[in-house]
Amino acid sequence: MTVRILTGNESAAWGARLARVQVVAAYPITPQSPVVETISAWVQAGELPAEFIAVESEHSAMSVCIGASTAGARTFTATSSNGLAYMTEQIWWAAGARLPIVMCVANRSLAAPWNVLNDQQDSMSVRDAGWIQLHCRDNQEILDTVVQAYRIAERLNLPVMVCYDGFLLSHTAMPVEVPTPEAVDAFLPPRPAPLQVIDPADPRNIGPVVIADRRRDAGGVLRGGYMELRAAHHEALLSALDVVAETADEWERSTGRSTGGLVVQHRLDDAEVVLVAAGSLVTQLTLVADGLRDRGVAVGVLGIRCYRPFPVEALRERLSGVRAALVFDKALSYGYAGPIAADLRAALYGVDGAPAVYGAVCGLGGREVTPEALTDAALSALADARAGVRERAVAWVGRLSEEVSR
Amino acid sequence: MDPFDAIAMSRPARGEAGRTGDWRNARPVIDASACVAAKQARVTCQICWAHCPDACIEQGAPPSIDLEYCKGCGICAEECPAGAIAMVPEAEHGVCEAAEVEER
Repeated sequence: MTVRILTGNESAAWGARLARVQVVAAYPITPQSPVVETISAWVQAGELPAEFIAVESEHSAMSVCIGASTAGARTFTATSSNGLAYMTEQIWWAAGARLPIVMCVANRSLAAPWNVLNDQQDSMSVRDAGWIQLHCRDNQEILDTVVQAYRIAERLNLPVMVCYDGFLLSHTAMPVEVPTPEAVDAFLPPRPAPLQVIDPADPRNIGPVVIADRRRDAGGVLRGGYMELRAAHHEALLSALDVVAETADEWERSTGRSTGGLVVQHRLDDAEVVLVAAGSLVTQLTLVADGLRDRGVAVGVLGIRCYRPFPVEALRERLSGVRAALVFDKALSYGYAGPIAADLRAALYGVDGAPAVYGAVCGLGGREVTPEALTDAALSALADARAGVRERAVAWVGRLSEEVSR
Repeated sequence: MDPFDAIAMSRPARGEAGRTGDWRNARPVIDASACVAAKQARVTCQICWAHCPDACIEQGAPPSIDLEYCKGCGICAEECPAGAIAMVPEAEHGVCEAAEVEER
């Protein structure tokens, strides 16, 4: 084990290197570019025996990953923002084809208007595509999560998106423990045989049209239609709840470091209000909660590491007996609510003693999220919770008032 | 888990993609008097067979076309060096004979 000073992007690249990725295909986009620049330099220097395939677009990057992963290679890519949006068609294909691709997303706002800074609208907009989606709090978690992601992906034949906040983590350096290759090899065996066997002696048509009805295949076996395949996919994704948690335990046994899992909690004991978020905001919220606890205000933090599948049971259990959950979303389902807030509200609906769920949107397009604003939001949630308020409109944290903007 | 129950995958077989002859707008019709193989009465040429993307053409003199699966793409007609294959609109053939319904 070595401690290195690494940016989030370098941590992601180290994760891929330690996982011994075999094929990397990517297209540059801010703020992700240094991930694949780092990897391509290693490949060029002969330090990483992988095939680096430069492509002309993100759509092609994911297409190459799909081909390489189908052939059995351990495959990696990274993107951000509009690059992710551009590869959306292939993101769905990779999931439906059940390919264990790992992709880092350095979270950035979506255009229009152009803005290269952080929020989480990009990965949130593909939450329904059937990928496992993991969010990282700091650079150590990025490295650890990329390695863990391959174990999870290859066990379930599902792709995994490893998300971390652009610039806030991607370009910020901090000490990161880099495990030895031997330790990672012991944790992560080579990729098992893929579902899709490419063998001239037993040729397959991979990805044919599947009709609505069930039908007999060439061998006379009754096969499922489109809905049966989709149901199997959904069940695999739900089973990831156990696999993500187990993988974090195995990682702790291998490296002595506890990272990963479904949720992270901080000072939940007797909390009246729990602050909920994903990504680097979780780290920031722990400081806000500590400050409020110092003032005698019972506030805790619940960080969502695994956003898809959504850890319904873990959230219900940890929020039991809490007055209100205040969810900070760095994304918005326009015309409705923040995605995590809406999901949490649905997860708690009808549960006896469930907290009120308040939604707050913050940090869009890199708008600074200050500890003062988060503290004020937490105190206002506490006041509403004590007053018995169940429903609240989405609060905008950090939006400048008219007087200020003039 | 059987991989065939997790992903869309099939082993190649006749009709595995469905009865694709239904898609056809125009039907390839071979004029034996112009076909290179038919004129030589030997299995020569077979360029149409080699080019059919759906393996619907069986070698012969002349070759024969499986209309149950021919999508009517017209590649055979385009590639025939003797111009012996005409693409005739299906409308001129009237309604296709009903294929024997197979239990699927």
